[in-house]
Amino acid sequence: MRGVSVFDRLEPLLPSVRKPVQYVGGELHAVTKDWDSVAVRWALMYPDAYEVGLPNQGVQILYELLNERADVLAERTYSVWPDLEALMREHDIPQFTVDGHRPVGDFDLFGVSFSTELGYTNLLTALDLAGIPIAAADRTDDHPVVVAGGHAAFNPEPIADFIDAAVIGDGEQAVLAITDLVRAWKHDGRPDGRDGLLLRLATSGVVYVPGFYDVSYLPDGRIQRVVPNRPGVPWRVAKQTVMDLDEWPYPKQPLVPLAETVHERYSVEIFRGCTRGCRFCQAGMITRPVRERSITTIGEMVQKGVAATGFEEVGLLSLSSADHSEIASVAKGLADVYDGTNVSLSLPSTRVDAFNVTLANELSRNGRRTGLTFAPEGGSERMRKVINKMVTEEDLIRTVATAYGNGWRQVKLYFMCGLPTETDDDVTAIAGVASRVIETGRQASGRKDIRCTVSIGGFVPKPHTPFQWAAQLDHESVDRRLAALKAAVVKDKSFGKSIGLRYHDGRPSIIEGMLSRGDRRVGAAIRRAWEDGARFDGWSEHFSFDRWVAASEAAFAGSSVSLDWFTTRERDLSEVLPWDHLDSGLDKDWLWGDWQDAIGESEVEDCRWSPCYDCGVCPSMGTETQVGPTGRALLPLSPV
Amino acid sequence: MARQPEGPPPPPVVQRLRVRYTKRGRLRFISHRDFARAFERALHRSGVPIAFSAGFSPHPKVSYAGAAPTGAASEAEYLEIGLSQEREPAWVRDALDAALPDGLDIVEVVAAEPGGPALADRIEASTWRIELPGVSVAEGAGALTALLALDEAPVERSTKDGTRTVDARAAIEAAWVVEEASCATLEVVVRHLTPAVRPDDVVTALRRAAGLSTPVAPVATRLAQGLLDAAPPQTARHLVDPLG
Repeated sequence: MRGVSVFDRLEPLLPSVRKPVQYVGGELHAVTKDWDSVAVRWALMYPDAYEVGLPNQGVQILYELLNERADVLAERTYSVWPDLEALMREHDIPQFTVDGHRPVGDFDLFGVSFSTELGYTNLLTALDLAGIPIAAADRTDDHPVVVAGGHAAFNPEPIADFIDAAVIGDGEQAVLAITDLVRAWKHDGRPDGRDGLLLRLATSGVVYVPGFYDVSYLPDGRIQRVVPNRPGVPWRVAKQTVMDLDEWPYPKQPLVPLAETVHERYSVEIFRGCTRGCRFCQAGMITRPVRERSITTIGEMVQKGVAATGFEEVGLLSLSSADHSEIASVAKGLADVYDGTNVSLSLPSTRVDAFNVTLANELSRNGRRTGLTFAPEGGSERMRKVINKMVTEEDLIRTVATAYGNGWRQVKLYFMCGLPTETDDDVTAIAGVASRVIETGRQASGRKDIRCTVSIGGFVPKPHTPFQWAAQLDHESVDRRLAALKAAVVKDKSFGKSIGLRYHDGRPSIIEGMLSRGDRRVGAAIRRAWEDGARFDGWSEHFSFDRWVAASEAAFAGSSVSLDWFTTRERDLSEVLPWDHLDSGLDKDWLWGDWQDAIGESEVEDCRWSPCYDCGVCPSMGTETQVGPTGRALLPLSPV
Repeated sequence: MARQPEGPPPPPVVQRLRVRYTKRGRLRFISHRDFARAFERALHRSGVPIAFSAGFSPHPKVSYAGAAPTGAASEAEYLEIGLSQEREPAWVRDALDAALPDGLDIVEVVAAEPGGPALADRIEASTWRIELPGVSVAEGAGALTALLALDEAPVERSTKDGTRTVDARAAIEAAWVVEEASCATLEVVVRHLTPAVRPDDVVTALRRAAGLSTPVAPVATRLAQGLLDAAPPQTARHLVDPLG
């Protein structure tokens, strides 16, 4: 009997684990269907703890979309913490879904969404607990097809041995197409078993099936070539792009958790894609072109979403929300609708300009003005030219003056350390910027108690970006530059006490770097690190750099590759990159040209308001930029 | 000058309602904080005209009587809400029940009598049903007899602030065995003391008193809360309904 709940066996264990509510399901808008009433069954996973995974928009959208089909069921599963993992192993309880508490191994498909590569070891835990062989090659017709998605799936090579397939790009239409292929294959009597299904999936072009490609290597460790090993399998797999977001107004019935989660709000994606062209930003490169959701659809989604959930916060999401062509009308319209209610609005935009402050003022009309966040990303003007973040220091100072002058008490600034061509001075310059921010803020607000928090992330070069060829800065140099910056802030007698500095050591970024730009050989290191206990690598209290170094040394012993080879080595144009057979639409020559422009400190405009610069996406994917203004207004809504 | 919220202050409370609700099935694993969040969202969805406090972060007027611990089920939890417009209690019961997930069920809503005793003053004890799967009815009865024969039953419990010791025996007003059950099932009337004696403290005391082993995690369900019935003393099997 497949699909039978394990809850009766799980329940007696729950009193002895931390936060048991995360394992019981029962959220508002959760769906359970009769196992035998459907033709195709999906288990969907976000490979992190429930509190992080539940709010994930991608999983929620696919969950709702699939469950809307009468003959499909989708249930969710999340990573279990080590306390429950140990009890599940002791009591022989498999990885389960939180909806029906069904064994994940019983489903037809097991879809896993990766926002970050640091979730890879959690995939292995889930597979192992589910009783699904970790190596895809060892799976039989009785096991689910394991499908990876999310941004990290644009280079799934490090987990190629552990997954059966990957969806590159937008998931909405892809999961429905996969569902149709699985349904048809089952209806046909499962011809040629698992292999037959994978071949149907691969030849459809909807997914990438790593097992149908052979990779060969040169003596120096670089890839020689990647070749399909089956007839009919495409040489390159193109990304999926959903056009017209108004036709896909999800989530309509968002999950409302009982447990506390990291985002407690109704989120609506106001557009997808970004063409600002920040060279470090993988999301901005792989989600092109810009596709706006119309102001009227946004208004309807917010009204229905708030009414359906009871959430008190609405988030207007995108990669740069202030760039929506009608954002001012959206903000004013929603602020009018929810004026006098307890619903607050947030715009997680970090664009450095005064318009952004105006928007934030509008959205916080009656709320508290605590902090505003801006992301100059580079400390010096030279650095910002390299990364194509077109913000002058004067822009930044004007913007923060407006913010402090309008009653905002704290400004948070995001920067990166370890960017290509970066020098010690580029990082130390951040201290000077922060001092000017405080000085300006004190003048603009007339108060001394304003603050500026500087958050610094370690830069990790990502596939499908102009920096995909760059050498990642070693963690010792990152730590040295951050220490020098800290010393400069501490030394600042006038303003240093008003400046908060937040950063982590550079070591986790090196592991993320290997997992981001690695090839199939990295799989052995992942497996070894997991066998040595790696879990929840995105959590500093669980992450162990030494464990990863040891696992990499063991996995790569006797070969010409290493942890350094995958991270701190600069690549050249002739090198076959592990993800070259995965087509994000970006023209490789354009990316290389943009990389050369970066080194030459030359900037490129946004194609929404300047001529096309031939990144290659629209013609190769048959897509186009979809932006307003529509000229319409939010519907005359009434708050609930 | 610090900014102040613009506009008039929120409307005052015109009606106080007392609510009895449950924590059933798998939702027994939600914590009190989880419940409070779920309840406040359900208020928004239900359209019940809840009153709010003033200020930049207005809070709905909800006050909770002592909540059952995480993992314990309950048939008798209580809270009080303040409304900005009057509503029929029966309508509020139905609206809130429809807005809450199954397992968090609204059983009863009554209007608080103006000038009457506070909800907290109408509750001094709980009746708990404690099921001990894997323990026979006879074993359970023996352990209970042994516990009741003690003068005191100190039990240590680790809390945020370190280990605390509570006297489980002192809090027990009455206890009996449910005869027709598939496993040992006790019902225990526990007086609310500070620090509180929780059902798992009672189970620990039972284990100690009789060398009892509980192979499977026990399940506790709060059946009732209220004031102890004045007569007859020491055999109090009945608590006075706080909404009665």
